[in-house]
Amino acid sequence: MTRILTALGKYTSLILASLVALIPLVVMVFTALKSSQEYATSGPLDPPSSPTLSNFVTAFNDADMASAFLNTTLILIVSVAGTIIIGTMTAYALDRFEFRFKKLIFALFLLATLVPGVTTQVATFQVINGLGLYNTRMAPIALFLGTDIVSIYIFVQFMRSVPISLDEAATMDGANHFTIYRKIVFPLLKPAIATVIIIKGIAIYNEFYIPFLYMPSRDLGVISTSLQRFKGPLGTQWEILSAGALIVIIPTLIVFLALQKYIYNGLSAGAVK
Amino acid sequence: MSTQAESEVKPKRKPRRLRSANSHPVSSAPPNRGWRITPWLFMVVPLALLITFTYIPVANMFWYSFTDWNGISKVKEPVGLGNYVEFFTRPELYRVFLVSLYYLAGAVVQMVLALYFATMLSFSTVFKNLFKGILFFPYLINGVAISFVFLFFFQPGGTLDSVLGLIGISEDSLPLWLGNPDLINISLAGTSVWRYMGLNFVLFLGAIQSIPAQIYEAADLDGASRWNQFRYIIAPSIKPIISLSFILAISGSLAVFEIPFIMTDGANGSTTFVIQTIKTAFNSNKVGLASAMAVILLFIVLLVTWVQRLLVPDEKVDLT
Repeated sequence: MTRILTALGKYTSLILASLVALIPLVVMVFTALKSSQEYATSGPLDPPSSPTLSNFVTAFNDADMASAFLNTTLILIVSVAGTIIIGTMTAYALDRFEFRFKKLIFALFLLATLVPGVTTQVATFQVINGLGLYNTRMAPIALFLGTDIVSIYIFVQFMRSVPISLDEAATMDGANHFTIYRKIVFPLLKPAIATVIIIKGIAIYNEFYIPFLYMPSRDLGVISTSLQRFKGPLGTQWEILSAGALIVIIPTLIVFLALQKYIYNGLSAGAVK
Repeated sequence: MSTQAESEVKPKRKPRRLRSANSHPVSSAPPNRGWRITPWLFMVVPLALLITFTYIPVANMFWYSFTDWNGISKVKEPVGLGNYVEFFTRPELYRVFLVSLYYLAGAVVQMVLALYFATMLSFSTVFKNLFKGILFFPYLINGVAISFVFLFFFQPGGTLDSVLGLIGISEDSLPLWLGNPDLINISLAGTSVWRYMGLNFVLFLGAIQSIPAQIYEAADLDGASRWNQFRYIIAPSIKPIISLSFILAISGSLAVFEIPFIMTDGANGSTTFVIQTIKTAFNSNKVGLASAMAVILLFIVLLVTWVQRLLVPDEKVDLT
């Protein structure tokens, strides 16, 4: 009897939580599929009677989503590729060499993880401005590359599990350090690279603060900032705003469904540094 | 040092092979001892980025915080501790800490919920992956899109009012969820719980599932109840991840920005520490004061981390 009651309580709570997670999103789908007349005359919970995709077309064009996706993709690819190269090189140097100030450098990287990025933007802004990067795509790229210490940690951790005897065998065969890094270490770090691509990819796709602060120019809008600007002129035209939000959410949903297992594992690896 | 460095810059196969053979009688020794410049070549770029985008800003921030700089002018007049005094004596500035408390309370709720659902799903469950996916997915959604979803959710006659209408509460008796200064921070903190609960949940679930199954089997044989299984097996083994999440929750509740900024622009008393800092720096052009605020926030975060390390030292959980 208690078993049945426990199970009942468990599934009730799970279904309730799922409803809380889903209803706000499902309502957005309903709203986005309604014509403006139908939106005005129906309640939020009523499904659309004659679904239309015209709001999606309007939102996509009016919010400059094409250029937003292009900017986001560009920044994402360059930043993720750069993070991988920089992170693996640092991990290789820190794990495979003994050198002076090694402890100090470890400490510098460790301390940097404790500095919350949002706090330093007041001063980071002056650095970006001084380097002439303000209002260019290089500003977010430089910051995504330069302030990502977690990825370096993931690589250093993973590096420890790559047997050092492989390096030594290659040294015997006359390979230099760069060759060892490129041909032996880098390929063996693939699982860690996959983790970093996932964590970093999600983070950059969703990033609002950095592009908002450093790329106010309209043609440099990424998906977050374009969507945010879109809110202004439309005010209460929720059927179009909902469509705009869904245009941003749908790619995330597709990636999530395709890569579920990797995303769960990647986040665990990223959080436990 | 210099001669060694030179010999590395012009690599010659023979001496290198000799050296590496000589210096590694035992294969566990790092193969590159004595090579002084190679590691630095690998780290030039990462170190330059680390210094440029973390340490220079932090150092500058300290410096600016003792000046009256407006962000544009060439002169920065030193004002001593003036900015810090100003922050702590102007209620409209330091009241942002109170707003953080709402998010901190939200974070506690969020962790309790995450722990509950992670424990539930760690036992065999029908549609386990479906539930896991649904509870987790909100975490992946873009913050601006979430703000849109919840602006619609909270607006008069929106999703929340309609759902409450279904269970018989008339719309006229309902408050303005984002218009009422007493409710706005609760609504926004609730949005934050909706967004981040999935991450805690997945992290906790991963930690619970890494407990070997035999331990549960043994506990079952001994007749341990679910509650005792939770208390004596699950809780101790996920303590490290809980304490880590708690630290992230505290610093996170001070650093809240996106949701209140996009949804309400800090109106109606929903201004958070970071919104206040950004507005002070870029709208009021008081970079000195904003830097002092950022320094205060940095100190709080470092303090919290330090206290956590003190209270919960990195202990290895051993269940076997």
